[in-house]
Amino acid sequence: MSKDNQVLEEFTSREYEHGWTINIETDSAPKGLNEDIIRFISQKKNEPSWLLEWRLKAYRQWVKMEEPTWANVSYPKINYQDLIYYAAPKQKVKPSSLDDVDPELVKTFEKLGISLTEQKRLTGIAVDAVIDSVSVATTYKSTLAQLGIIFCSFSEAVQEHPELIQKYMGSVVPVADNYFSALNAAVFTDGSFCYIPKGVRCPMELSTYFRINAANTGQFERTLIIADEGSYVSYLEGCTAPMRDENQLHAAVVEIYAMKDAQVKYSTVQNWYPGDKHGKGGIYNFVTKRGLCFGERSKISWTQVETGSAITWKYPSCILKGDESMGEFYSVAVTNNYQQADTGSKMIHIGKNTRSRIVSKGISAGHSQNSYRGQVHIMKRAEGARNFSQCDSLLMGDKCGAHTFPYIDVENKSARIEHEATTSKIGEDQIFYCLQRGIDEESAVALIVNGYAKEVLNQLPMEFAVEAQKLLALTLEGSVG
Amino acid sequence: MLSIKNLQARIGDKQILNGINLEVKAGEVHAIMGPNGSGKSTLASVLAGREDYEVTAGEVEFRGKDLLEMAPEERAREGVFLAFQYPVEIPGVSTINFMKTALNKVLQARGQQTLDAVSFLKVMKEKMKLVDIDQSLLNRSLNEGFSGGEKKRNEIFQMAMLEPRLAILDETDSGLDIDALKVVANGVNKLRSSSNATIVVTHYQRLLDYIVPDYVHVLYKGKIVKSGKKDLALELEAKGYDWIKDEVAV
Repeated sequence: MSKDNQVLEEFTSREYEHGWTINIETDSAPKGLNEDIIRFISQKKNEPSWLLEWRLKAYRQWVKMEEPTWANVSYPKINYQDLIYYAAPKQKVKPSSLDDVDPELVKTFEKLGISLTEQKRLTGIAVDAVIDSVSVATTYKSTLAQLGIIFCSFSEAVQEHPELIQKYMGSVVPVADNYFSALNAAVFTDGSFCYIPKGVRCPMELSTYFRINAANTGQFERTLIIADEGSYVSYLEGCTAPMRDENQLHAAVVEIYAMKDAQVKYSTVQNWYPGDKHGKGGIYNFVTKRGLCFGERSKISWTQVETGSAITWKYPSCILKGDESMGEFYSVAVTNNYQQADTGSKMIHIGKNTRSRIVSKGISAGHSQNSYRGQVHIMKRAEGARNFSQCDSLLMGDKCGAHTFPYIDVENKSARIEHEATTSKIGEDQIFYCLQRGIDEESAVALIVNGYAKEVLNQLPMEFAVEAQKLLALTLEGSVG
Repeated sequence: MLSIKNLQARIGDKQILNGINLEVKAGEVHAIMGPNGSGKSTLASVLAGREDYEVTAGEVEFRGKDLLEMAPEERAREGVFLAFQYPVEIPGVSTINFMKTALNKVLQARGQQTLDAVSFLKVMKEKMKLVDIDQSLLNRSLNEGFSGGEKKRNEIFQMAMLEPRLAILDETDSGLDIDALKVVANGVNKLRSSSNATIVVTHYQRLLDYIVPDYVHVLYKGKIVKSGKKDLALELEAKGYDWIKDEVAV
């Protein structure tokens, strides 16, 4: 057993792969947060006055709010005046095409395996690349435009499609929904925007890739996806950050608006820097993600593979307003070393015959703490609503923790709710069985963990699933106890 | 092929093996019999390298190498295969996926070309016929929800895939009805050759009607107290283990 622990140590001491930084000149705001900083950001982005007003209103609300403390995570108090709220890679001219993008930036994304250049682009995936606070490039824009699909950075959408932004921004996640959403509304700098017109099935995966580079900088991006009647889109999100000793704050907001018969599939592979093996550094990932199934028979599906961040506070949710609409949440959350995750989902059933499904697979190793927190709320009018939740926890070693906090509120008697939960350990018997067949311990753990998470990994688009599998194995290598 | 000298082992404070001596040559089948608690399964586990057991004395040489020095996966790659008495379940991992990983690890360690999906499936189809196993079973999560017979058949299938030099069958007959027993034994017999060896660990003689051993050894209180040919098994069947116990006591 002591040998197992030894291997566990080796395994868990694996280094973070994307921890490098690049030297890009940045244009940034001074430290601190006040109305002037917000005006500075708004001015930098050449925003219309209504947006500045919206930001200021959000800020004034945020100042009055308290940082939430109910999550099962602990961290020293964040000094919001010690952060930089705007950092943009300096580009000499505004790039009119991808060829004009700073080669350093292109290299950055190539290092991450994301090619922005025409020839080498991943086929079938359009990418919006966001570095620090701004979007640097969006690929395949013109191809998509032919179908009437709008896919661009949030800033661009503010300029080009203000009517859509004004109508939908904050309609799913209200400004004052929570502390971090209010902060985001006040200081968000960029993000992705996507609109799929009526009846259009988006022919390729849309993807946003987030990278934090600058030090002491908070990243606050907003994503807004609008799926018009009968449309379909699959959206991917990936993220990494350099290794830094101080913690960095990432407070994003994602809103999805699905109209009648629309379907949106949103997949995340989250690989922010988790801190070192003693728990120093790492990203605080405080994110609000919510989808509104506004129309009848609409469907929103969240899939997340969470491997990074020092602290994760994230509950991708669905509001099932349209009759017969459907929400899904598939999650694998892995924590190792001193990582803390408090993640789960909310399914709010408002419409008749609405259905939801939650499949959460937590994996804890090292000294980490992994919590599932979920809410299923069946409102009065939600005749015939159904929910199925499954929350499994897998423990590796004896110093980590797994917790489950399911909340169920039912106001309509016709509801049918099922909740299943299991907790298991990777057994020595399972490992020995693999060893006896010639499979080494690291591969054995990868095999067992991927098997455990299979139901969720199967929901990911092909390219992402492969990346996620590798990531799981990397994050957990050696964590056997 | 395998040479065991004065092997002693314990689990915790409990001494279980008290000096085992055994020589196994290529092409031979040895049966290890004995009453419950005599150390049969411990011997199988120690040979496979299970860490719960501590070897306190003795040597084990496998094809000229010190077996006890090797990690469990190295032993497997050298060609030691253990058919488990209680095969474990691994949810979400199909037998096919599991075997592909295992076989390629073994091939890689031996400096041989690993198999891609297509050539793996080809090999798999051949071996499936050999042990009469259905592909639908192999598509399912490893051993999850398998019947006793299916689990044991799956073990023999894995043995066929990995082509071990030394196969150790630990109570492979336990929990099998007679038809399943025949299928499993049939598979083992087809895999027998002049270049590999088999150790059959069993409590009952009935498996030996189908897998006919060259030698039979009786294990009692962690020692081999009697060795003989196939007839010894029949004698044990007729007289029971008390006869051996009495003989040892004298």
